[in-house]
Formats: sequence, C-alpha cells, structure tokens
Amino acid sequence: MSVIQDPVKVGGYGGQQEPGGTNYINHSKGIMSWLLTLDHKRIGLMYMIAVLGAFLLGGSLAVVLRTMLFMRAAPDVAPMTPAAQDLYNQVFTLHGAVLVFMFIIPAVPAILGNIVLPLMLGAKDVAFPRLNLLSWYCYMVGGAFFLFVLLNGRLDTGWTFYTPYSTSSTTSVTAATLGAFVLGFSSILTGLNFIATIHMLRPAGMGWFRMPLFLWALYATSIIQVLATPVLAITLLLLAAERVLGVGIFDPAMGGDPVLFQHFFWFYSHPAVYIMILPAMGIISELMATFCRRQIFGYSFIAFSSIAIALLGFLVWGHHMFTSGQSAMTNAVFSLITFSVAIPSAIKVFNWLATMYKGSISLATPMLYALAFIWLFTIGGLTGVFLGALSLDIMAHDTYFVVAHFHYVMVGSMLTAFIGGMYYWWPKMFGKMYSEPVAKVAWFLIFVGFNLTFFIQFIAGSQGMPRRYADFLPEFAWYHQFSTVGSYVLAIGLFLVLYNWVHSLFAGRKAPQNPWGGNTLEWHTSSPPPHENFTEDPHVTDPYQMHAWDYDESIDGYVYDKAKAIELDQQSHH
Amino acid sequence: MTSENEHTGDTGHGDNHHPHLAHHFETPAQQFESGKLGMWVFLATEILMFGGLFCAYAIYRGNHQDVFLYGYGALDKMWGATNTVVLLASSLTMAWAVRAAQKGQQKLLIGMLIATFMGGVGFMVIKGVEYKAKWDHHLFPGTMNAFYYEGGQPKHPEALPHAIEYIDGRNLGGEAHGGGGHAPAGHEPAEDSPQHEAVPGDDAHAAEHTSAEPASAGVRAEQNATAHLASASPVIVQAVYGAPADVSTIKPPASPADMGVNDAVIDQAGEVSMPSAAHTQILWNDLSSDQQKKVHLFFGIYFLMTGLHGLHVLIGMVLIAWLILKAKKGTFGKDYFAPVDIGGLYWHLVDLIWIFLFPLLYLIH
Repeated sequence: MSVIQDPVKVGGYGGQQEPGGTNYINHSKGIMSWLLTLDHKRIGLMYMIAVLGAFLLGGSLAVVLRTMLFMRAAPDVAPMTPAAQDLYNQVFTLHGAVLVFMFIIPAVPAILGNIVLPLMLGAKDVAFPRLNLLSWYCYMVGGAFFLFVLLNGRLDTGWTFYTPYSTSSTTSVTAATLGAFVLGFSSILTGLNFIATIHMLRPAGMGWFRMPLFLWALYATSIIQVLATPVLAITLLLLAAERVLGVGIFDPAMGGDPVLFQHFFWFYSHPAVYIMILPAMGIISELMATFCRRQIFGYSFIAFSSIAIALLGFLVWGHHMFTSGQSAMTNAVFSLITFSVAIPSAIKVFNWLATMYKGSISLATPMLYALAFIWLFTIGGLTGVFLGALSLDIMAHDTYFVVAHFHYVMVGSMLTAFIGGMYYWWPKMFGKMYSEPVAKVAWFLIFVGFNLTFFIQFIAGSQGMPRRYADFLPEFAWYHQFSTVGSYVLAIGLFLVLYNWVHSLFAGRKAPQNPWGGNTLEWHTSSPPPHENFTEDPHVTDPYQMHAWDYDESIDGYVYDKAKAIELDQQSHH
Repeated sequence: MTSENEHTGDTGHGDNHHPHLAHHFETPAQQFESGKLGMWVFLATEILMFGGLFCAYAIYRGNHQDVFLYGYGALDKMWGATNTVVLLASSLTMAWAVRAAQKGQQKLLIGMLIATFMGGVGFMVIKGVEYKAKWDHHLFPGTMNAFYYEGGQPKHPEALPHAIEYIDGRNLGGEAHGGGGHAPAGHEPAEDSPQHEAVPGDDAHAAEHTSAEPASAGVRAEQNATAHLASASPVIVQAVYGAPADVSTIKPPASPADMGVNDAVIDQAGEVSMPSAAHTQILWNDLSSDQQKKVHLFFGIYFLMTGLHGLHVLIGMVLIAWLILKAKKGTFGKDYFAPVDIGGLYWHLVDLIWIFLFPLLYLIH
C-alpha cells in the first residue's frame, strides 16, 4: 500500500479517485451490476430506496388515519360505520407494522450504517459482503409479504400481534408474521456483519477508543439485533404454528398462556426500541462534534453509555405489561430497571450539551436536526420515565400519552437523527450538495409540524383518550383536529426534504471531498468514494481532531493538512 | 461465508497471493478469524431462538406436570438414546474432519465428512421412524391430535381411545417401565394447595416410593391423610372435594383425578386409601378431566422442538454435502480449511441442542 506522497494539503474535489475518475455509482453499469453487487455502498443505496418506499407507505397511512379522526371530530358527524372502523383498525395496524419493521428498525443501520461503517474504518467492505446482499433480499421478501397483506389481505391486530386476538383474527396475520420473521433475518444479518466488521476490519492505529462514536452506537445496536431478534423469530413461528396447526401454546383453553406471548414479544420489541434509537444517537454524536468543530466531550462516557443502554434494554420488557396481571414485585423490579435506563441516556444528552459549550457552532442543516433531536428526545425520554412509574402507567396505559411518548422517541428523535444523518452524508453518498435554504425551511416545518401533531396527544392522553380507538367523546374532538393539522404540516416538511434530495441529484452543486470539516475517515476519500473506498490507506488519527482540516473558500469545503494532523496527534499523546 | 473470491480481480489489487483471500481482507488469518467470529455470533442467535422454545417448555412443564408426565410416555426412549449416540458420533467424525482438513489429509477429510453426513441421515431416519409411530396413533401437532378437545368434547373421538390405549399401554409396561418407581402423580399447582394440607409431605413420600416398599409409604400417607381429615373442618373438606357434603356421604369418584385428588381416594366408608400400587406410571384416568384436555399441548411442544431441530439437522446436512463436493475438488488443505471449521461449529451446535432436547422430552419422570 502506498502512503500519501504529497504531505501538503489534499482534499478539494479530487481526493482519492480511481483512474478515469469513476466512483462506486458509475463504476459498472446495468441493472444486474446493482442487483448482484457486493459493494456495501451500493447495497446501502438499494436499502435507501426500499426503506424510503416503506416510509412513504407507512407515512401515508398515518395521514390517512389522522384524516379519518379529523373527519370524525367534525361537529354533528355520526360515528364511523363499522366498516369504516374496520378500515381504521387496518390502517393503524399497517401504519405501525410497516414503519416499525420496515423503516425505523432498518433505516439507520441498513442505509447509513452500510454506507458509512466500512468507510469510517478505512476498510474496503463489510466482513461478509454476500450476507450483506442477502440481508437486502430478505428485506425485500419481507416487504413483499407486507405488500401482500396490504393489497390482498387485511391486518387488524395492531403491530404487536397480541394473542388471543391474533390467533383468532381472520385477517392475514400469518402472512404478516412471516413477513416480520423474514425481515428479522435481514436485521440479524446486518448486525452480525457489523459486529464481525468492527472486530476484524479496524485499520492499524484505530483501537476501540479511537473509533468514531457512530460505530460504537452501531456496535451496541448490532448486539441487540443479534440477541433479541431470534426471540421474535421463535415467537412469530409459535404464533404461526398456533394459527396454522392449533398447537394451543397461547390459548388458555388448551393450557397455553396468552401473556407468555407478551413476554416473548416485548423481550424482543423493547430492545428493538434501542435498535431504533441507539444508531440515531450515534449520528447525533458525529453531528455535534463536527458542527461544533470541537473534540466530542466525554468520548468514553458516550461510548459506554451505548453499551449500557443495549444491556439494560434487555431487562425492562416487563414495563409494557404493568397492567397484564404481573405480580407487584415483578412490576416494581421492572419499573426500577426502567428508571435506570434514564442514566446512560442522560449521560449522552449532557455530553452533547457540553460539546456545544464554547464550541464554534455552525447551524448547517444537519446541526439543526441534531438540535431538534436533543429537544424532542428529552421530551420523549422524560415522559418515558413518567410511564416507567407504576402509579402513572396504570392510569396512562393504552392512552394517547403513550402514543405521544413513543412518537417523540421513534419519530421525533429517530427520524430527525436519520434525516440529519442523511443530509450530513448526502454529499459523500452522491457527490452533490442539497439546497441549504430549502433544507432549512423543511426542517422548520418538520420541527413545528411534529410538535403540533404530538405534543397535544400528551394532553389528550392525560385526559383519558385511549389509543387505537376509532371513536371518541366530543371533548376530544379538537385535540384530534389540532393534531391532524399538525400532521399535515409535518407531511409537507417531509415531502420538501424528499424534493430537496431528489432535486440535488440533478441540479445540486458538486460536493467537495469534505464539506463539513469532519475528521472521521469517510471524509478522507472522494465524494462519492471510489468502488474500493480508498485508493490509498487513509491517515488514522483521533476521529474528532478536526483542526488539521482547513476551510477553503474556493471549494466551500475543507482540505487536509497531514503534517498538521501528525503534529496534533503527537501533541494529544503527550 | 468467507470465500468471497468472486469479488476479486475487478480492482487490480496486487495483494491477492492467496486464491481464497477475499479482496477486503488483508491476510488469510484475518479472513479466517472473521468467518469464525461470524459463525459464533450466528450460533448465539440460534441459541436465543431455541431459548424461546426452551422457555416455553419450562413454563408449560411447570404448569402441567402431570400432562407432560403422561404425554412423554408416547416417546420411545430407546430410539431417542440411539439418536443421541448417532448424533454424538457424527460430532466426533466432524471434529475429526476438521483435524484432517487442517493436516491436509484429503482422503480422511472426505471420509469423515461422509461419515458425518451419514450420521445426519441416520438421525433423520430414526426421527422419521419415531414420527411415523406418532402418526400411526394419530398423535399429530395441533388440532389433528387425537387428544385435541373442542368445546369440551374430543375432536377426534374415534382416534382418542386408541391413543389412550397406546400411551397407557406403554406407561404400564414395555420400555417405559424401566425407570423403577415413580411418583403416582404430580400436582397441578392451581389445584393442589388444599390437598397439600390434607396430605402433608406426600411429595417427599412419593419420591421415595420404590417397588420394594410401596406398602409402607402408602400406609404412612394414608395415616397422615386420615388423621388430617378427621380433624378437618367442613370448610377444608369442601375446598378439597368441591361439594358441600359430609365426609361420610362422599361417593367414590369415577376417577380420583376428576376431583383434583390424585393420590388420596375416599371410599364409601370415608376411608382414605392410596391408588393401586400397580400404577407405577401415570395413566389417562389419573389425569383430571381438565388435564386430559391439555395432553395435546405436550405433542405440540414435542413436534415444534424436535421439528425445528430436525430442520437444523437438514440444513447442516446440506452444508456438509457442499463441503464434501468442495473437498473432492481439493479445495481444502493446510492453508485453507475455514469452511470445514465453521461448518463444524454449526454441526456441533445442532448436536448440543439435541443433548438438551433428549432428556427434557424423553426422560421426564
């Protein structure tokens, strides 16, 4: 491997390029070169198209169900007919199932993780490229099952598939569970790949504590994916066996136990909440450091808090079942451990705030999303502590308070981090800059729209509005109308983001190698990177030592001063 | 898993001295370690998946001890033990194959892989013989099972007597008898708390029952129960026997288990006696009518656990067949044996899961 020959500044538009200036996108042509690719970046892009498609579907269903509630709330309107209520049940079920299994869980690891993780390691690919492609096909097959449910069948159990209703419902529960089962394989394969890659493919000079925090977060996520998902797999298999064969495992009349299904389901699905949020937190750590142009504060605390959240996440599933008839002792223990998850979460938030303190903050779009994340995650996280308290949970269980809480975490936090990360790595992925003004307008609409939609649901829930109901008392009418208007604002903002991304591909300014000044290794290669990621081994230093990158106005990006980097690195070792 | 060699060559890298080294690894050792780590992580997922089944097993066995004790009588211990030996032997040949690959002993490698594959075949054939025996007696998983009840009535009344006869017959004699003395019955936790008061410590006594001294244990339990009942208040009697009645008027139940009383039977004179000493195993009539409706649950769990395990054996056999083909082409040698090593790990796990399944299902008493 050759070493960088020219010690003076590199960067600009060029960076590391293949002869002829090809990159991973135009490296080879034809549809088969994509469908059979083993390149992690291409697989990431294929995931992006599929996952965003699922997001469009699940998000549209959200607009449909909010619209149905809006119309019900109009004065002097009769309640929905039974047929309409049936439709409502199916819409909220598919909304939840599609967005949980096909968007929130895979979005950050499968898209951004796939594209960025090997780049951050200075590696050529993930450890098992074929398994990586297989995971994408699993995702597509799982998605096909859900598409079947949408077009041919129906599904009205809620995304949780609770027994005993799910074993007796005449809708396409079996197809949906098989779909979720196959999607689980996709998730397991991604996690397995990331664990092996992080263990085995770190470059010389990158010990565990010189790894970017996004990788720590992905590592913690992968542990959960690998250890929790198989339990969902067996649960769904048992549910399918119950429906197809009638083995009676969840049927009390035959000696089975429907509550066991809840235990099994939440043993996966609570850790799955951390599959959703941990990689999002990893993105925020990167954004905070880069846009404050400052060494991240409390590196090892942020790294270990990811692991702590992953481990504690396995011990709190019972807090979904406080009203299921568990013993008081069980409830108390689960409540206590639930509170303890707040500690590593708060450690992260305080470290991000400390990173901002006296930082040289740039309010570029990704940073705006990071700020929105802190705001929304704090609300979502703290209301989670409320719900972890037994006395309040008994009252708030299955109300809109819970709906608002988990949307603040899953949408408010995870979605904003995902969009922020997409903006951040968009120039790297496609070599194009998006429109900053449009992006900021869209951010504003999303932030305002989201809070309009969901904050009022805390109030409606605390007043007793139950979740999943197609009908409600007149005093809840205006809450629902208000929330629906908010969801329209949110939807407009999201479409504006999509427009901005697509538009940038055709009309965007050419992106420099490093538009933001970050020092993680993906910024050490060209935008977009070559097929092999790097034509020469990147210079591994502290990932948050950004002062070797100098701003160059002519390209509106940063150029690397390797001599300065070596000097800074030596200083930091003293 | 590790041989990504198709992906080489399109980059013009000069590092690929080794024909099996994928382009994104620096050294064969790094590639080997990655593959092994990947397989270990995969095995962890397998353990957690089976862990769910084992957890379900533990809960249902705890909740329905008598049902499991009864249902397991349908299983053939000898076949199960034979299969355990077959699978253990195939693990030995697999380990031997790995060693042969590492030492470059081509013929031995192929021979051992074939032996391992034949072990898998043997296991599946025996499993097939066992399943056939269940099939023949209408012991399917789920609603097809002879013991399946619907709306309180047997769904397959024509099959039920045969299935009962089959299991009772096995429980009374044959190979299932070999285990020596058994507790006459376990207890339904939900039902037995008042009874525990009536016959204190009978579990301990039951555990001591051996064919050598059934009488003395029976007498002791009898004395305990009689003494206790004599002084029992009507409330306790009512709680135990479910009807507001004077002890002296209680009729003998058709089956003692029908009243939730498995051990102690009250005859017309109000005397308490133990069930016939011939019952060294639990029989259909020892089960309460509620328990009888749950017998099919045992078969559901049996088929799910052994079926999922059998599926893994089949996958392992496909893997080994692929290794045999590769080995015949001379792919493996001292420098490259990762697929044999990693395939072996998988085969050992499949073996290990069976080591747990065998006692849990076949050796319940």
